[in-house]
Amino acid sequence: MASLWQPRTGGLLALAGVVAGLPLILPNAFYYDVAILVGINATVCVGLNLLIGYAGQISLGHAGFFALGAYASAVLTGDHGWPPLAALAAGAAGVGMLSFVLAQPILKLKGHYLAMGTLGLGIIISIVLNQEAGLTGGPDGMPVPSLRALGHTVAGEHAWYALVGLVLIVSVWLTLNLIDSPVGRALQAVHGSESAAALTGVDVIRYKVLVFVVSAVLASLAGSLFAHYAGFITPAEASFARSIELVTMVVLGGMASTFGAVVGAAVLTILPQALTAFQDFKMLVFGAVLMGTMIFLRKGLVPTLAGLIRNRMRSGRA
Amino acid sequence: MTLLRVENLSKSFGPTPAIEDLSFAISLGTIHSIIGPNGAGKTTLFNLISGLYRPTSGTIWFDDADITALPPHRRARCGLSRTFQNLQIFLNLSALDNVMVGYHLACDGRFLPSLLRLPSVVRRDRDYRERAVALMRFVGLEAFVDAAADAMPYGALKRLELARALAVQPKMLLLDEPAAGLNPKETAELDFLIQQIAAQGITVVLVEHDMRLVWSVSNHILVLDHGRKLTEGTGWEIRHNEDVVAAYLGEGGRHR
Repeated sequence: MASLWQPRTGGLLALAGVVAGLPLILPNAFYYDVAILVGINATVCVGLNLLIGYAGQISLGHAGFFALGAYASAVLTGDHGWPPLAALAAGAAGVGMLSFVLAQPILKLKGHYLAMGTLGLGIIISIVLNQEAGLTGGPDGMPVPSLRALGHTVAGEHAWYALVGLVLIVSVWLTLNLIDSPVGRALQAVHGSESAAALTGVDVIRYKVLVFVVSAVLASLAGSLFAHYAGFITPAEASFARSIELVTMVVLGGMASTFGAVVGAAVLTILPQALTAFQDFKMLVFGAVLMGTMIFLRKGLVPTLAGLIRNRMRSGRA
Repeated sequence: MTLLRVENLSKSFGPTPAIEDLSFAISLGTIHSIIGPNGAGKTTLFNLISGLYRPTSGTIWFDDADITALPPHRRARCGLSRTFQNLQIFLNLSALDNVMVGYHLACDGRFLPSLLRLPSVVRRDRDYRERAVALMRFVGLEAFVDAAADAMPYGALKRLELARALAVQPKMLLLDEPAAGLNPKETAELDFLIQQIAAQGITVVLVEHDMRLVWSVSNHILVLDHGRKLTEGTGWEIRHNEDVVAAYLGEGGRHR
């Protein structure tokens, strides 16, 4: 049954098992709320990990795409009466187009410069959402109608949990497909050596743009879901701190590990809830986690643990 | 028939030219060596031919097409492939996947089929995985098929680069100091490998300091000095050229 050890089979099955089994131990609505937020963050992180972990690029502006998706849903459904699914698709298409146009100049940058470029992008989105009060309600935020599709309204923690869990599983499934394909190998080759990748025929710019757009669109979709779930959004969703939070989740869970991204999102979504007494120190905790990971767990939680288990099994067999 | 033609090629970094007004041609099916002292511009020339650098002036013709302005990935499509003096292995991938990236142009690199893992993509991946294993065996890496690239020794990584470059299925293979860091036994194996590659009809261009290997495999030798062509010719002609002996080989180098 070696094939069950593959991420695309056993891993996905394990994730589905956890998502399906969790309601048995979630005692009340508060825990469901945390679980739903974990699912939404994990969906963003799975996409962001394609960009950071696999393709080796950095984005410090992904909260911007998340917020754009959220506001597209809020404005189009609330102010213009669009059906939520159409608004969600329009937001994703808009973010896809925006990230496609911006990716060309931004992804020519490398290292620190790429970080600065994406950072600037996130800040611009944040400023626009704050300033365009006529459209977005400004810093006070705006309400979002509930999610209605096919004559049903998604309401209550159970329905939302099921929907977000399903979206996460599908995202992880598609991501795993992509990684284990010519496209995924090309992305990882770009990470390994851009010149060597180019000389094997990989169009480096094309794949960088592709992965940037994919991760931005996934962030936008998650943002739309979040807006309908939360019922109220503010420009804080686009903040720099939120972008850092997302990157920290990916790094903690393990770069180039899809399940790592899910675990990282889970840990860093649950942690602040468990540490509500230290609310003021949230960013301090995130900073410490990021630093500690880089120093002690350079590969991140999941790859480190997987390596330990593999070594243990090998020495057990020997 | 000429496969590669370089005409009046120049490349400067700042005021000093690294390559200056260089012209030469390489015929199909030959093993061609480029030699010269350190700093003569050999690696710069490889970077110009493979497209990592843009020339300051001059033209590069490959297979009767002007490739001077083509980006590197388009040149790979034309049939150019290379290895690097400083290894450029994808250390984040397995050894086998390094070779699979070499088959990138042969596999289906479109987004949607990969995302949905269509049966056609899976089938072609499986076929090329078999060919990648065969290629690893060909370069002597059968022991490393399941290895992670970052766990392999230096000599094996050099062979891995060779396998990856061959997976591109090139018409011309550029090898940048393939013998550097290898012991005499490994160099002898490399010698044999290069001859086998050439026997498959792949034109091999070699930048190399190991003169024993150069004398052994080359049909034709180009000597560079200070970015210019000092001379070119067969091994016998180069060995007996007083300028080359003075600039590079030294008296001992003739006989190695």
